[in-house]
Amino acid sequence: MRDTPTALPRVSLQQKLFRLWDSDIAYSFRQSPVTMAAGFVVLLILIGAVFAPLLATQNPFDPSGLNLMDGKTAPMAVNEFTQNSYLLGTDDQGRDILSTILYGSRASLLVGFAAVGLAMLIGVTLGLIAGYRGGIVDSIIMRIADIQLTFPSILVAMLIFGVFRGVLPVQSHATLAVPVLILAIGFSDWPQYARTVRGVTMVERNKEYVQAARVIGLAPLTIMIRHVLPNVLGPVLVIGTLGLALAIIAEATLSYLGVGVPPTQPSLGTLIRVGQEYIASGEWWILFFPSLTLLALALSVNLLGDWLRDALNPKLR
Amino acid sequence: MTETSEALLEVRDLVVEFPTRRGILRAVDQISFSLMPGEVLGLVGESGAGKSLTGTALIGLLEPPGRIASGTVRLKGQQINGLPPEELRKIRGRRIGMVFQDPLTSLNPLYRVGEQLIETIRTHLPLSEAEARQRAVDLLMEVGIPAAERRLDSYPHEFSGGMRQRVVIALALAAEPELVIADEPTTALDVSVQAQIIAVLKRLCREKNTAVILITHDMGVIAETADRVAVMYAGRIVEIGPVRDVIKSPRHPYTKGLMGSIPDPEAEAERLIQIPGSMPRLTHIPKGCAFNPRCGFANDQCRTERPPVRAVGKGSVACFLDEAQLTALSLEARR
Amino acid sequence: MLAFVLRRLFQAILVMLVVALVSFSLFRFVGDPISVMVGQEATQEDRERMRQELGLDQPFPVQFAAYVGRIVQGEFGISYRVGRPVIDLILERLPATLELAFCAAIFALVFGVGFGVFTALRRARFSSKAIMTFSLIGVSLPTFLIGIGLIYLFSVELKWLPSFGRGQVTDLGFWTTGFLTLSGLKSMVLPAITLGLFQMTLIMRLVRSEMLEVLRTDYIKFARARGLSDRAVHFGHALKNTLIPVITIMGIKLGSLVAFAIITETVFQWPGVGFLFIASVQSVDIPLMATYLLLVALFFVTINLIVDMLYFIVDPRLKSGVALARH
Repeated sequence: MRDTPTALPRVSLQQKLFRLWDSDIAYSFRQSPVTMAAGFVVLLILIGAVFAPLLATQNPFDPSGLNLMDGKTAPMAVNEFTQNSYLLGTDDQGRDILSTILYGSRASLLVGFAAVGLAMLIGVTLGLIAGYRGGIVDSIIMRIADIQLTFPSILVAMLIFGVFRGVLPVQSHATLAVPVLILAIGFSDWPQYARTVRGVTMVERNKEYVQAARVIGLAPLTIMIRHVLPNVLGPVLVIGTLGLALAIIAEATLSYLGVGVPPTQPSLGTLIRVGQEYIASGEWWILFFPSLTLLALALSVNLLGDWLRDALNPKLR
Repeated sequence: MTETSEALLEVRDLVVEFPTRRGILRAVDQISFSLMPGEVLGLVGESGAGKSLTGTALIGLLEPPGRIASGTVRLKGQQINGLPPEELRKIRGRRIGMVFQDPLTSLNPLYRVGEQLIETIRTHLPLSEAEARQRAVDLLMEVGIPAAERRLDSYPHEFSGGMRQRVVIALALAAEPELVIADEPTTALDVSVQAQIIAVLKRLCREKNTAVILITHDMGVIAETADRVAVMYAGRIVEIGPVRDVIKSPRHPYTKGLMGSIPDPEAEAERLIQIPGSMPRLTHIPKGCAFNPRCGFANDQCRTERPPVRAVGKGSVACFLDEAQLTALSLEARR
Repeated sequence: MLAFVLRRLFQAILVMLVVALVSFSLFRFVGDPISVMVGQEATQEDRERMRQELGLDQPFPVQFAAYVGRIVQGEFGISYRVGRPVIDLILERLPATLELAFCAAIFALVFGVGFGVFTALRRARFSSKAIMTFSLIGVSLPTFLIGIGLIYLFSVELKWLPSFGRGQVTDLGFWTTGFLTLSGLKSMVLPAITLGLFQMTLIMRLVRSEMLEVLRTDYIKFARARGLSDRAVHFGHALKNTLIPVITIMGIKLGSLVAFAIITETVFQWPGVGFLFIASVQSVDIPLMATYLLLVALFFVTINLIVDMLYFIVDPRLKSGVALARH
């Protein structure tokens, strides 16, 4: 407010967040048992993933800690050789399935969050620029977004993944798999954010208080961050939540297809890929529990996103 | 209301309700009227008074959760509300036609005008495709569409607004119904074509002896067209009578205000003419007479009891004010 | 009409050029095409000669023009991995993918529109609500999990349908088809459902919301007021008006089936183009990746063109050049 003489209809971010929390949002969360259940599931998997090294009974991907004799133990059953028992059973290498899921969720969520963050960063930045500048810059950015949107993002991610593999030296493929995956998914998902942010920016740009700020000579960057950005937070948050579900699914899909994280550092998708080999041989738990975790995670995040969209009720399109 | 069983349409104590989260809303509250064959009844009132809902209720097209809560609608003595949907459907279009407000949205944009006419004709009349087509041409000519034969193959968007409303009228009259309900048929049209559309409707209904319920907020249209007029306020009929009587000597304070009487220097009359305030929302209909908060003559009785419908002259009115007062009021209005 | 078609055609060509630029950049900048082609033991002179022969010393726009020229003539390069012309590899496998995508599209379209109409007309029914809930789960399910679930249920447990491959195929010379044998048809069921399910739920939700919208319009109310039967109102009037705005989106959704087939083909080891593409990504087989990209783009652009034309045919308002506010 210091440098703006006009009385701007603006509230601080804290006030806004408080109002958000105080208002219908918290209420509608409490009103919806399904949303609360989804929130609980997400929180549970999140805690499990973050504290995996503390919670897991073993590091399933450290070969020295494994006992092959423990292999293929059914859930809750007692292994006939080692007398060990595992809550969710073990795979053929003797890995505890629960531990693999904890570590797998860690990889899935890491890629998911990082990819969404990257997509958000690119999309919001380009959207702000396109909406604020307009003209030829806007046309170029939005045409690129349009063309990219024509292709399913999973295909774009695969292409980007392939390009990185072509550019990077072969010996670094395994170690750089996760960053490459994040880049691939992040780059494939930005157009949605750009579109929404551009729309909101164009509306805000023409409002009087922004016009006033321009007249008194505030720098475009200041105007964007102070006045436009707060208005796009709501829609971006909703797209981000739904995008997180998509990114998790995308990561799982790529890993399942064998173009994602390597088996030495598996995600849920990799676990499912490995588990599918046992689909017909009776060791159902090797496939079932990772699949269930992925489904629960994706569904819960989607439900949260749906709820958030209804609660914030932004004009999404 | 003294009409006997020779009436074409007889509505008794009709109530239309909408159950909502905040309780049940009464959009139409115990209205009664009747209509003789070939008669034109005007139904006037502000928007939200329940005119259109009355119209849709009569032909059984209320959108759920709206419903007829009580009362009867009789067509030539046969009760038609509460009939099975299929029976009711056979009455719609065949015995009661309907014309809606906006001709731009009343016609399906994807079908040729002829297709929509022929479809309607063949739904109700046992005609062959060729016969139905001929009838469609005749209908278009009757409503005054030039080159009817050729226009049959045009799409709705190729007609002007006035021409489209003519098509809508042709569709409503396709099976020669005994009654047409016209819901604000000219509101969406240019002023220049409004009179033509009313003229077409009037002429055709007179020729075919079709009764009309003309729903409108335009007293001018009513004065020119209707035989009788019913005035609605907040879901109730406050006054009904021959059109000349109601216009020249309105008896209900609301009607009087609606007729826009000459300004009176006296304070009371002044307030009356302007009708202060606005019609109450359905959620806040006052106790007693719905008009009492805006009425310059309201007394304690008006605020507690609902006024009964009393016969006055050739019509009837729902007001506690006695005849002497009403006559005085109407005299004042005429001055 | 002609102007409209030409404009759309021009846009399509523009999109194809952009995609060709991307695919050419892949060739040019990812990996060194020379070392891949001449092998390790080639001398510096050999490389230089090769560079000139391939025109790689030319300016970028010239090279790009030459590339587009080669594509138009059907030369897409040699696969690094297999050493055969890429176009041959793709054409061999294209029938499998197209048959799969076709069946999935029919499945998604029939059930998507069917369920969408049903849930719109019978909103209060328990079965409608059940379908809507199911569709929400369907949107959250990764495609490959659907495939695995179906394999487990119908192949492993019930043993009704095969879990992988195309079954017995018939070679028609230019096309191999699985439609002519029982095992081919049986093999098609699970992959087609897997591929189509996601699009089906999307189409269903789209049709439902659009139909609810149409059912509220004046012309539907007027159609009822004219005493038309429910059948005529719902399926004669409402359905046609519902389908027009969703044609475009359905076209794009169905077009993306070819790309999504990558996942389904991997789950069911379906010998199609997507399977080939995954292998090419894993081994960084640039010519194959680039060609696949062009192929998918061509497919999308063609479908979009067809959809636009279709639009023109079904909506009389467009033919007479009436500008519509909502389009």
